[in-house]
Amino acid sequence: MASKPNLDHPVFKIVKEAFPAVRFRATEFRGQSTLIVEPGNLHKVLAFLRHDDRCDFNFLSDVIGIDYLDYPTPMPGRFSVIYNLVSYTRDDRLFMKVFLDPSLPTDGIDEDPALYLDSVCDIWPGAEWTEREVFDMFGIRFRNHPDLRRILLWKDYPAHPLRKDYPLRGRGERETYRVIDRTDA
Amino acid sequence: MGIEAAITAEGFATTQLTKVMNWSRRSSLWPMPFATACCGIELMATASSRYDLARFGAEVMRFSPRQSDLLIVAGRVAIKMMPVLQRIYQQMTEPRWVISMGACASTGGVFDTYATVQGVDQFIPVDVYVPGCPPRPEQLIEGVMAIQRHIDEEGLPPVGGKRVPLNISVAPTHEVAPQPIGVSLGAS
Ligand code: SF4
Repeated sequence: MASKPNLDHPVFKIVKEAFPAVRFRATEFRGQSTLIVEPGNLHKVLAFLRHDDRCDFNFLSDVIGIDYLDYPTPMPGRFSVIYNLVSYTRDDRLFMKVFLDPSLPTDGIDEDPALYLDSVCDIWPGAEWTEREVFDMFGIRFRNHPDLRRILLWKDYPAHPLRKDYPLRGRGERETYRVIDRTDA
Repeated sequence: MGIEAAITAEGFATTQLTKVMNWSRRSSLWPMPFATACCGIELMATASSRYDLARFGAEVMRFSPRQSDLLIVAGRVAIKMMPVLQRIYQQMTEPRWVISMGACASTGGVFDTYATVQGVDQFIPVDVYVPGCPPRPEQLIEGVMAIQRHIDEEGLPPVGGKRVPLNISVAPTHEVAPQPIGVSLGAS
């Protein structure tokens, strides 16, 4: 039996006071605290966490996507995006999490209006590449991103491969390329 | 003492031109190291002083395909890398040979994923496969020597197609020790 999460991260209280109308959920695991918000409130909460003196999360360590398809415990949404915030001035770490549910079948690369988040590149310029990676792997797009292209796979790749309904061995992408023989020069 | 010692008193020897060409080709293979992963480290060890690939005339690693005639594919190759690998192969001087070094380059190894090519021989011709993960430097040297034997025997790489069987088998030159038997853990 897991112990109850210990929700004593000092930032929780500050954020609750600053946004009385916003619905937050929080969780904790082994001293790592996570704050869960609705996608619509994400950008203003993150901007507050960056600029408020008591929070001062001046470094965005990572942006990660997760696909919860077939996850053993029920989750509030199919996809989640996690922002790993670090404050060098206060030596602190906090995870911000949002859940997203797709409105289209997830086996293609069609633009899904439900899989959109506000880019945080205006708050932390370093988010540019990490958000591109989330887009590349999960097909979650970011509004106001300066340059939202795939970062690891090539432009015409027909899938977002870290989605759990994408087969591990792909759909033939690794097999289809031209073959050259000994006479090619 | 140099090669002069081998010259006859008359100062000339007769041989076939192809033999001389094959001899000079096999004695000065210039490898193009296409090292994309951990096998590349073993490739570096092979070229370094302890294993000394220079003993077989293949120590001049060229980082320009225009100057090399032996492509050593060392490491896993993502399909996104394929245009680069093919361009390098096409730019190499003729005649050219290819060694696929390690499990990954030859078969994809443990990386059976959407991005990893399951054997570069699907897309470029390969002459010698060196198994191992990574192959020991001795194994890679054996692979280079297999190429040399091939040059001696047939001269040029075979024409057309891929996966051309060379009928060269790499036989161990040492006595294979018997497997340890009767080992049991925690036997009662
Ligand atoms: S065969 Fe082994 S050592 Fe070589 S690249 Fe693959 S994983 Fe690395």
